[in-house]
Amino acid sequence: MSTPDPRDELVEHLPAMRAFAISLTRNGSVADDMVQDTLVKAWTNIEKFEVGTNMRAWLFTILRNTYYSSRRKAKREVADVDGIFTESLAEKPAHDGHLQMNDFRVALAKLKDEQREALLLIGASGFSYEEAAEMCGVAVGTIKSRTNRARKNIAELMGLNEDEAMEMTDDATMSVLSSSKVASF
Amino acid sequence: MTGQGQNKSRDGVIDENLRRVFDEAVEEGIPDRFKSLLEQLKQQDAKKGDNG
Repeated sequence: MSTPDPRDELVEHLPAMRAFAISLTRNGSVADDMVQDTLVKAWTNIEKFEVGTNMRAWLFTILRNTYYSSRRKAKREVADVDGIFTESLAEKPAHDGHLQMNDFRVALAKLKDEQREALLLIGASGFSYEEAAEMCGVAVGTIKSRTNRARKNIAELMGLNEDEAMEMTDDATMSVLSSSKVASF
Repeated sequence: MTGQGQNKSRDGVIDENLRRVFDEAVEEGIPDRFKSLLEQLKQQDAKKGDNG
């Protein structure tokens, strides 16, 4: 019998790839374009995939590289897309009573890309710190500190650290907090 | 370590929300464009195989 073609497995990873791309970009159509590029790259470079290693990690690596190279291009073309998007997100009404989840989405969207990425890889996609570090091309300690900072920032934006809330003096943080109306409870 | 208890519940809330956001996207399923893209790629390769 012929050996199984690893390309047959690509389809199994598509839902997780899309979820990662949507969470990372906060934009469904940008995410789908990214996933499409990743799929073509993976298909045409399948010989670079080492059979027996983690295919999802390999695909996510291509996906994030696609994101960062397109972001570099986009930065020159479009200004403040993030700001506009974050505004519209803040005004989106909470559906089915998941008020906290909406706050969470807003907070997640406000993180730096590197922090959001680390949190998504570790907290949502189930990768180890070691795997995430390899995927991002940074030290394990860097992933750990990005994840910790991401959690701390989200907690602050959602008002989860009541004890620490008074200690925040950073102007940018305060303006972010008041604009997202997090302080209302 | 101080404040670990607080961090634990704080991280629990964050992780739960993360999973919900992620699962919601996963449950959307795969748009047809990806299935047809994979079909196209397969056919392209089959053609290449025939020619050489």
